[in-house]
Amino acid sequence: MSKQTRRNFIKTAAVAGSVIAGLPQKAKAAPKNILSDDRMGVLVDTTVCVGCRKCEWACKTAHNMPTPPLETYDNRDVMKKMRRPDHTSLTVVNEYEFDDYPKFPIDVKVQCMHCDHPACVSACIVGAFSKEENGSVIWDTNKCIGCRYCMVACPFQIPAFEYHKAIQPEIKKCDFCFGRTSKGKLPACVEICPMEALTYGRRKDLIDIARRKIELYPDRYINHIYGETEVGGTAWLYLASRKFEDLQFPKLGNSPAPGVTEAIQHGIFAYFLPPIALYALLGGVMWINKNRKKSEEGEE
Amino acid sequence: MEDYMKPTPLKTKYFTPGVIVIFAFATVGILFLLARLIFGLGAVTNLSNQYPWGIWIGIDVAAGVALAAGGFTTAALGHIMHKEEYHVIVRPALLTALLGYTFVAFSVAMDLGRWYYIWHPLIMWNGNSVLFEVGMCVMAYLTVLYIEFIPIVTERFIGRVNLPGFLSALNKPVDSLLRILDKTLDKTMFIFIIAGVVLSCLHQSSLGTLMVIAGPKMHPLWQTPILPLLFLLSAISVGFPMVIFESLITSKSFGLKPELKVLSNLGTMVAPLLGIYLAFKLGDMVIRQTFVYLNEFSVESVLFLIEIFFGIIIPLRIFLSPKLTKTRAGLFIGSALVIFGVLLNRINNFIIAYNPPYKFAAYFPSIGEILVTLGFVALEILLFRAFVMIFPIVSVPQPVASKTKFFIRGK
Repeated sequence: MSKQTRRNFIKTAAVAGSVIAGLPQKAKAAPKNILSDDRMGVLVDTTVCVGCRKCEWACKTAHNMPTPPLETYDNRDVMKKMRRPDHTSLTVVNEYEFDDYPKFPIDVKVQCMHCDHPACVSACIVGAFSKEENGSVIWDTNKCIGCRYCMVACPFQIPAFEYHKAIQPEIKKCDFCFGRTSKGKLPACVEICPMEALTYGRRKDLIDIARRKIELYPDRYINHIYGETEVGGTAWLYLASRKFEDLQFPKLGNSPAPGVTEAIQHGIFAYFLPPIALYALLGGVMWINKNRKKSEEGEE
Repeated sequence: MEDYMKPTPLKTKYFTPGVIVIFAFATVGILFLLARLIFGLGAVTNLSNQYPWGIWIGIDVAAGVALAAGGFTTAALGHIMHKEEYHVIVRPALLTALLGYTFVAFSVAMDLGRWYYIWHPLIMWNGNSVLFEVGMCVMAYLTVLYIEFIPIVTERFIGRVNLPGFLSALNKPVDSLLRILDKTLDKTMFIFIIAGVVLSCLHQSSLGTLMVIAGPKMHPLWQTPILPLLFLLSAISVGFPMVIFESLITSKSFGLKPELKVLSNLGTMVAPLLGIYLAFKLGDMVIRQTFVYLNEFSVESVLFLIEIFFGIIIPLRIFLSPKLTKTRAGLFIGSALVIFGVLLNRINNFIIAYNPPYKFAAYFPSIGEILVTLGFVALEILLFRAFVMIFPIVSVPQPVASKTKFFIRGK
């Protein structure tokens, strides 16, 4: 006991602290933005998806949003136009037809990608966005002031806003069914998918699965897991039979989505030294000029 | 003894035909603003999930902040460099900055989906957010501006407090409060003046960092990691032209003789500042090799060229000419072009350069957005006119040379 290391002491103290503070708070006090190795993800195999759009219906139902009955989703006319997630649907399926395979259109489910280093989390003025330990990026209605900077920042153009509400308009985006998954349930879209196009699991395992699929069926897939490295990695991963640009995935680099802003920001404010130094400099200049003026006047 | 300039409340009729037109614009703007508050942002604006920010941010806020830069640049010149000959322009510049920032804050509030939560950033901090930094700095600077304005209020009302009706009982307490304020600020004003300049440098530059996070959504002609530096440099170079421009308009509108000598001297300082800004802007273009985009004929490339030619190069040429900087027309046109250039630069950065990956329709401001923006400008002009008529802001020649201690603030 006498040889207790400092690290151990801190650990014990932390545990003791959280016990004192009450267990329910433990989850809340967990470090935010620290990526857990066990964080979850979803692998979307676009070669399996048939565009039944049941995921759209399940998503709305799970989030208590108004939706027409499930049967109406059989109507494929809506697929003729490109759609984007908005305040009425947090996920949409778009269909792409290609001349070389007209009979087999490709369907792509679109929703928040749940970046590992999300631009929205970095941008939000009041910290209303957070990256949770299980991988979800969620939004807090109690903090949001509706500035929509998250929408400016998101490289996937996902967050949507309720422009026609005067009071308490919300930022709407896929929350990775945070309410369901924290109770051990599957995300609604994954649960309903009849084709098993969506696989929910540890992100690490999903990447292994995706690699093996590409290895086993090199004719079926192109050798690229979208989301593995894009903007520093996303929780949602995609497999496809064609180039992702053809399916309107944005072409993004591998550096985290907040880009260089945090570096610039923290450079300008490093330990508040630059502002303090500027203050001191200006103060000095002011003092010198004032004294010079005084001595000039004195000489006159 | 030659003419001695002293800030004095201007005496003239408030309503002229021009003022009535401006009044009408302000009223219409306020009506649209009410509609926005009752029916939501979507009812009045053309904003969408593709284009979350429109001209209320691009013009009212981003350009508004830049064009209020006359406040801190003249404060630096007059008080920190201690150039007393410029003190005649410090007060009008301070008032412009004060009104400008007040309207910036108000515009931000009106653009927020939940405007009634505007106080949230005070207690909910996100140090990684550039917007948080800009917000905090602007709030702090606005406070500093109001403090800097207090001596003008005390000068106007000490010994002259005369409240109407039953409020007249408060005359004495208000007067002594003003005296206490005046005494304290007389000794401490330098703290606020330096703070004002530091805060301005911080948020003017951070305003440029704002759009960096948009990453590939932003056109490469504008998307650069040195955006904060470019924003700071352009804000500094638009400060004096803004003061010159306003001074010429104010003197015209009130039938005063413009302080041409002071303004010309101010004008000679614009060219070096513009030159540095141009050098960094072109240097950045060469280093990042974005000049390739100038080959394609697009809205972006044309507006970029207009911004550079009409906003920097032509006014630079005007301010480099000693002959032109001595004339009213030269000063006016040169200043107007610099202002136009910075205004266009902010619009370009926040609206034109913003290119979302999934587009359904291009963004163009709605009638409501335009009228609200015009309404804000109109309100600002009306308030400026009222302020210079109530408070001693604009300097006019005085026959008697009785120097008041308030002539130079912040000693």
